[in-house]
Amino acid sequence: MKARIHVTLKNGVLDPQGKAIEHTLGSLGFDGVNEARQGKFIELDIAETDEAKARETVTAMCEKLLANTVIENYSIDLEQ
Amino acid sequence: MKAAVIVFPGSNCDRDIQVALRQSMGSEPQMVWHKDADFDDVDLICLPGGFSYGDYLRCGAMSAKSPVMKEVVARANKGVPVLGICNGFQILTECGLVPGALMRNSNLKFVCRDLHLKVERNDTVFTKQYQAGQNIRIPVAHHDGNYFVDSEGLKALEDNGQVAFRYSAKDGSVSEASNPNGSLNNIAGVYNTKGNVLGMMPHPERLCEDVLGGTDGRPMFDSLVAALS
Repeated sequence: MKARIHVTLKNGVLDPQGKAIEHTLGSLGFDGVNEARQGKFIELDIAETDEAKARETVTAMCEKLLANTVIENYSIDLEQ
Repeated sequence: MKAAVIVFPGSNCDRDIQVALRQSMGSEPQMVWHKDADFDDVDLICLPGGFSYGDYLRCGAMSAKSPVMKEVVARANKGVPVLGICNGFQILTECGLVPGALMRNSNLKFVCRDLHLKVERNDTVFTKQYQAGQNIRIPVAHHDGNYFVDSEGLKALEDNGQVAFRYSAKDGSVSEASNPNGSLNNIAGVYNTKGNVLGMMPHPERLCEDVLGGTDGRPMFDSLVAALS
């Protein structure tokens, strides 16, 4: 099963890299860009066919390593 | 006094701490490879600066899960003093020994220069040989030193006296102008609640000898030796 994980900064956590992206997009002429946020995308192939079990395992991976929950949120998409 | 310096793949300030400790202790600290979880009982554990595991995923994230860190966390929880400098501070936040997180510097630049720090308290094993409120000069070298903790956590740190150092100006004033990286409340170092774990971004081990341009870092190591011998 494929697991696709997005890790993003929590609301309220300043994202200087997102700000720089927003600023540069503006300087390239892309007007009206607001709230650019940079995150991470992690893709895993896991040897589990049961979706509930897979979600439980990947959630544990996120809590233990893939995200720092002090500053980051994560979301998990699974695909057979 | 016995001390251990944990060496991770990518540590690059381990030798600097070794030299600083040797000078203050008059004996050799033990250098411990990160895979050796069963190292000797020691009075002090140091986590050095550098770029452990190439800063992959997040600075300190991989090292925080290395075999030796389980043991370091267990010993810290029993009261053994632990000092994490720069990448060592990042590892301490990643394994939860001190609160908060270290994010990319707010101006996105790697900052590498001497700056000033206000010593908040001198009643810990790390700072007895400084004065409370003393302004010291210490080098920093980091890209991810922007200290963040949520508003409740920040209040708890301030209320409990867990702030160890704040970035200050040469005259000792603490303001946005003396903040090199966007850290909340100019925080440069924090203690755990018990005060036996200190994480800090600046490098006291780099300024412990006149030949290196100053000795403002030395009292930290002398304090530890005096308290733990």
